[in-house]
Formats: sequence, structure tokens, C-alpha cells
Amino acid sequence: MAESKPKPKPKKEAVRMPKQEPLTRRQNFNEVALGYTEEQALEEASRCLQCPKPQCVSGCPVGISIPEFIKLLKEKKYEEAINKIKEKNALPAICGRVCPQEEQCQKLCIMGKAREPVSIGRLERWLADWERKKGNVKAEKTAQSTGKKVAIVGAGPAGLTVAADLAKLGHDVVIFEALHLPGGVLVYGIPEFRLPKSIVQAEVDYIKKLGADLRLGYLIGRIHTIPEMLKTGFDAVFIGTGAGLPAFMNVPGENLGGIYSANEFLIRVNLMKSYAFPIFDTPIRIGKHVVVIGGGNVAMDSARSALRLGAEEVCIVYRRSREELPARQEEIENAEEEGIVCKFLAAPIKFTGDEKGWVKAIECVCMELGPPDESGRRRPVQVKGSEFVMDTDTVIVAIGRTPNPIVQSTTEGLQVTKWGTIVADENGKTSIDGVYAGGDIVTGEATVISAMGAAKKAAQAIHEYLMKK
Amino acid sequence: MYRILAKRELAPKIKLFEVCAPEMAEKARPGQFIILITHERGERIPLTLAGYDAKKGTITFAFNEVGKTTKQLGLLEEGNCIWNITGPLGVPSEIKNFGRVLCVAGGVMIAPMLLQIRALREAGNNITTVVGARIKELLFFEEEMKAASHKFYVATDDGSEGYKGLGFLKEILTKDKFDRCVAKGPVVLMKNVSEITKPFGIPTTVTLTPIMVDGMGMCGVCRVTVGGKMKFGCVDGPEFDGHKVDFDELISRQRMFLPEERLSSLLWEMQGGCSCGGK
Repeated sequence: MAESKPKPKPKKEAVRMPKQEPLTRRQNFNEVALGYTEEQALEEASRCLQCPKPQCVSGCPVGISIPEFIKLLKEKKYEEAINKIKEKNALPAICGRVCPQEEQCQKLCIMGKAREPVSIGRLERWLADWERKKGNVKAEKTAQSTGKKVAIVGAGPAGLTVAADLAKLGHDVVIFEALHLPGGVLVYGIPEFRLPKSIVQAEVDYIKKLGADLRLGYLIGRIHTIPEMLKTGFDAVFIGTGAGLPAFMNVPGENLGGIYSANEFLIRVNLMKSYAFPIFDTPIRIGKHVVVIGGGNVAMDSARSALRLGAEEVCIVYRRSREELPARQEEIENAEEEGIVCKFLAAPIKFTGDEKGWVKAIECVCMELGPPDESGRRRPVQVKGSEFVMDTDTVIVAIGRTPNPIVQSTTEGLQVTKWGTIVADENGKTSIDGVYAGGDIVTGEATVISAMGAAKKAAQAIHEYLMKK
Repeated sequence: MYRILAKRELAPKIKLFEVCAPEMAEKARPGQFIILITHERGERIPLTLAGYDAKKGTITFAFNEVGKTTKQLGLLEEGNCIWNITGPLGVPSEIKNFGRVLCVAGGVMIAPMLLQIRALREAGNNITTVVGARIKELLFFEEEMKAASHKFYVATDDGSEGYKGLGFLKEILTKDKFDRCVAKGPVVLMKNVSEITKPFGIPTTVTLTPIMVDGMGMCGVCRVTVGGKMKFGCVDGPEFDGHKVDFDELISRQRMFLPEERLSSLLWEMQGGCSCGGK
């Protein structure tokens, strides 16, 4: 070691995240990213320059005081550091894992200009894991009971965030979740190897400790409606029902056996744990040659799950090129390391089946990129005469999800867009007094953290509404 | 947790549960269904409601013990609890005064049909009922059905009671004029009934029972083709126009997981077949 200097220059490169080796991890459902050790966390934290005017905070949808929590971490004041995060974010173990930090806080980190930004997400994750492993997670109720009662529809990232914030402010909170487990997309969508379900459960337990009441198996709209809830004792309602409806391609043969929507596939594998069939009762059938259609995170999750279920080869078919892949770079790299193959600039036009009605081949057509469309991305155009056939026995359609419609169709007076999303202002206020909405149900399919950001604003607006009432 | 208040064996392997579920009892309507899970490791299965009583705070449903989950369910006794029930789900049946209605029910779906017949009768309809089963031992609710209907017929596949097969429906349709037909039962029965009523131009409603997981529109495994369009059995149905349903596709899709279902059931029986969920 060279002699120590009073202020060593921070290392240009971030501390790497330890991961399971690709050949090992493609055979199990355990978490891929293993998390920093204490030494690694301290080393990475030491790279933070503690900017007087930090840019990172403005990139965080929930506005976490990033330099402050990193400073506390550096000083080994871990308890204070995690509490600093929790002032703004009730789900740090989740966000530390699934937030696209590279497009948010870390994108703006000044260290990134020279080389690599500080790994803010990994530090957040380390602190949350430190607290959970230590046990005895504190849930401090700061405010006195206000006597106001709020119904929250959906226990996904948005609903859980609103519940936490309002419970902390002293309101009575009841969360209604349609599925039999809480977490929404965190439990039915994101696989175990990216977000262990025990972590979601721990974060939900924290919110319950704050005083939120959780009711499972309540499909609002069918059992109670929002107008009824407003009439029967709830002072306000938050709708965070998400985008959970699968999109299909509308091509011939789509109803053959062996063709799953990504939602079906992931619900079976994640929520119902069919990777452990027959110990768990829900079955899944995976063939040898799996084709996943789409290029987002859901496609990557599906492809990597299929591999872990024993598929010999998994091919992603995407209609644009590599540059346009909407999935996180990290997930694309993980998928490719595990041996997943991508077929770019191709789209299915027909599925054919065997005599038992099971899919056996996909007919695709090659695409080329034309001029940009409204989204700014170059529009894929079919190349005439370029049809080709791929053999397959399992297809997973991961081309997007649309808003859950049941609440909208059973709530008179609730303004809805032509895409089926709920109309809400920047604070989540809808067309009905006392009814707020946030997350994918307002924006269409987006990220966990953007839903949480919207939820935080809505929680604040609901609080103001209740206190004026 | 939902407590079983009453259990009845309707026929061999066909059981009826009355379960305490006050909020559901208040909202349930004929034609709707529930999704239940027997224990933490269980699967989600849809079952059509056979009754509800808002005053007592109960819902009623029948099931056929065919696979691991339904066999496990059948082992539960009065006082035991079901881990989770979600409902009511699906679009309720259209209940109004159609005029003369022909109701054909088979197998375990005889139970929900009784609920629908009573509602249709209350709406002022004249009801002709046909109940069918493979063999006479599998028939149930005959007295109740008879009492709720204006005319009542029985049919069995082997002719052990009543008419042999459903061929006689043509005679009934030739003799009397019907405004509506409602069919509930195995897919083959609903397909046959729809084929029989089509030439007579009688609007026919069938209750589809595709495979479901979430039962609220999220997974799409219950997709069916109706009039050339993709529909979801759980949220667009479960009732559809029988003259437009692609029954053959439905039959094929219902068999998708047959090998896994058999494996699951066999393993469970080999391990002693208890209801606890293997803990």
C-alpha cells in the first residue's frame, strides 16, 4: 500500500456486484445478484463526492436524500442511513433491486461524467438487506390517529406506497388486493431470481406494522365498488390497480396449446410457484425450444425463467434491433450470459400446431426499420418475401400489458382515456371527489419506481384532502 | 380463511359446500363463479356458484372430485376452513322474462342450474328442464329441479333413467316453441345442445369452464374463440352464445395440462392423500 493521503481520489470504477455464475444460476431460481459485502458497500460509498448541489436526487422519482444516506453509510451509521431512505421510500429492498437506476439517479451522478456513477441502487439494497437480516425492523408511527379512513385498491408498488405514507400520517388504511398474496407485479410478475418473494413479504410486513389492514382476494368492482366504499365509511379511495391484462398479437394459431401470454407464464411460475410443481399444485409445461416474443423486461424475465425450467434453447424474437430493446441493459446482459439467443428484426405472422393442437412452428417475417413513429422509435416494416419458419414447442408472448378495466367499468363518473387508463392530475386526483389514482393504471405499463413516485404525490394530496374535510 | 358450514354429498364424487362468506353472499348473482385455493401450496380453481344467502351470509358451490385439488377439497369437513376464496367473479347471467326457456344441465353443473332456473322462474319465465348424467347414479336435485320447473325431463347416456341421450330434444323443440335455451354442463353436452337448437333459431347461452389461473382477466389462459374473436372466459364470460363458440378449440385447450394433472393426482394418492397441502 502507498502511504495514505488525507483525501484519496475516488476510484473511477464502481465496485462490481457479486453474481451467481451464469452456468450455475441458469439451473436455479435463486437470486442472481448476491449483493455487496459490508466492505464492498463501504468502499462504494466512499466514491460519493457529497456534492453540495447533488444532481442524483432530482433523478429519483421519490426524492430520496441520496448524499445524506450515503454519508451516514460511510460513517457506519447504518440504522440512521436506512431510516433516511425510509423517510421517502417504504420499499427500499425492492427498489434497490428493480429500479432502473442507470436511467434515474445514477444517470445524473457527477462521477458518471468521468467514468462510472456511484452504485446508488446497490447501496440502497445493501442497507435494506442489512436491516432485514438484523431483524426487528422498526415501524415508527409518528402521527396521532386522525380518525380518517382510506381504501386502497391494489397491493402493488403504488398501493403499498400510499398505504405506508398515509398510515405514517395517522390515517386508517385498508388495502384490498384481488390476488391471494400482496405485492402485485412484484409477486406475480418479477421472478424470484431477480426479486425474492421473501423480500416482498418483509416489506409488506413493514407496512402492516405501520398499521395498514390488508384484505386478500377482494376484486374491487365485483365485491365492493368504489361508490359503495365512499358511502360506507371510507373518506377517500386510492386506485392502484395496475396494468395486468395481457396483449395478444392477433395472428392465426395463437390459441394453440403451448402458447402462453407472458402474464400467464409468469403468474404460474412466480405467484403460483409452479417451478416447484408438484410440491406446489399449479403445473407448467416447458418444451425444448422456447420462443419469447417481445424485447422488454417481461420478455427477459420470461426467457430466463424458461431456461431455468429446463428449456434446451430459448430464443427472443424482437421486431426492432438491439438498440431499441426496451429492457434494462443489465437484464439483457444477464440473459445473454445465461445463453439466451436474440433474433432481431423479426415478427411472427402465424403459428402452426400438431395433431394434438400443440404449437410446433412459428412463421416469421423479417422487418426493417423505417422512419420514426410517434414514440420517436423507428417503425419496423415488413420485408416482402422474407418469411421463414422456426420450430418451437413453447411460445411466450411478451408484447405488453394493458390497464385492468374492472374498476373503471364499475365506477360511474370516473373519467377514463381511450386506452383505458384513468384520468388523473399530477397529484393523482381523478374526476371523482375523494378518489385518487396512480401508477400503471394512470400512465400505462411503466416501472415500479415511477408508480411509487406517483403514489407518494397522491398520498400527500389525499392527506391534504382528508385534513381539509 | 373461509369456514365450511355445511357439506352434502350430492352423488358419488359430487359434493356441495355451504361456506361462510358474508360479503360475497351480498354481491353474488346467478352465473357468477369463485376462485378458491385449498391451502398455501394449492392451485387456484374456478367453481360456479350454486347459491348464496345474504341473510345467512353464505355462498354455496358444488364440485366434482376429478383432480388433486377437488379430491383434497372433498376431504374437508364442516367446520374446516378453505384458505382463500375470491369472488364473485364473471358477468352475471342475463335474468329477464324471455318467455319459454329450455334449460339443459349435466353433471356437477346441475347445481348452479338450479339457482338459475329459480331466478328465471321468478322473472316470469315458463321453464322446461332437462337434466342429464352418464348414469342414473350421478343424477341429483331431481325433486328440486322438478319443483322449480313447469316441465321436467331426465336423460342418461346409458338410458338407465329417462331418455337415452339428448336426441329427444329435437322432438321437444319441434313440439313446443322456445324463446331461449340455457345449457350448463360438460363441453360436449353444451356443444350438442347448441347444435340441436341452432336449426330452430333458439338463442342458446352456454357456460364455459376453460382452465383459469387468476380468474380476473390477467393471464389469458381461459381465452376462447367466440364468433371468430378472442374472448376471456373469466371476464367476458363465463356465459357466451353457444352458436358462436368454437367448442373444439375449447376441448383441446382444456386438455393442455392433462398429463401434469394426472401426475399431481397420482403422486398425492401415493403419498396417502390428505388435505393439508403436504406440510
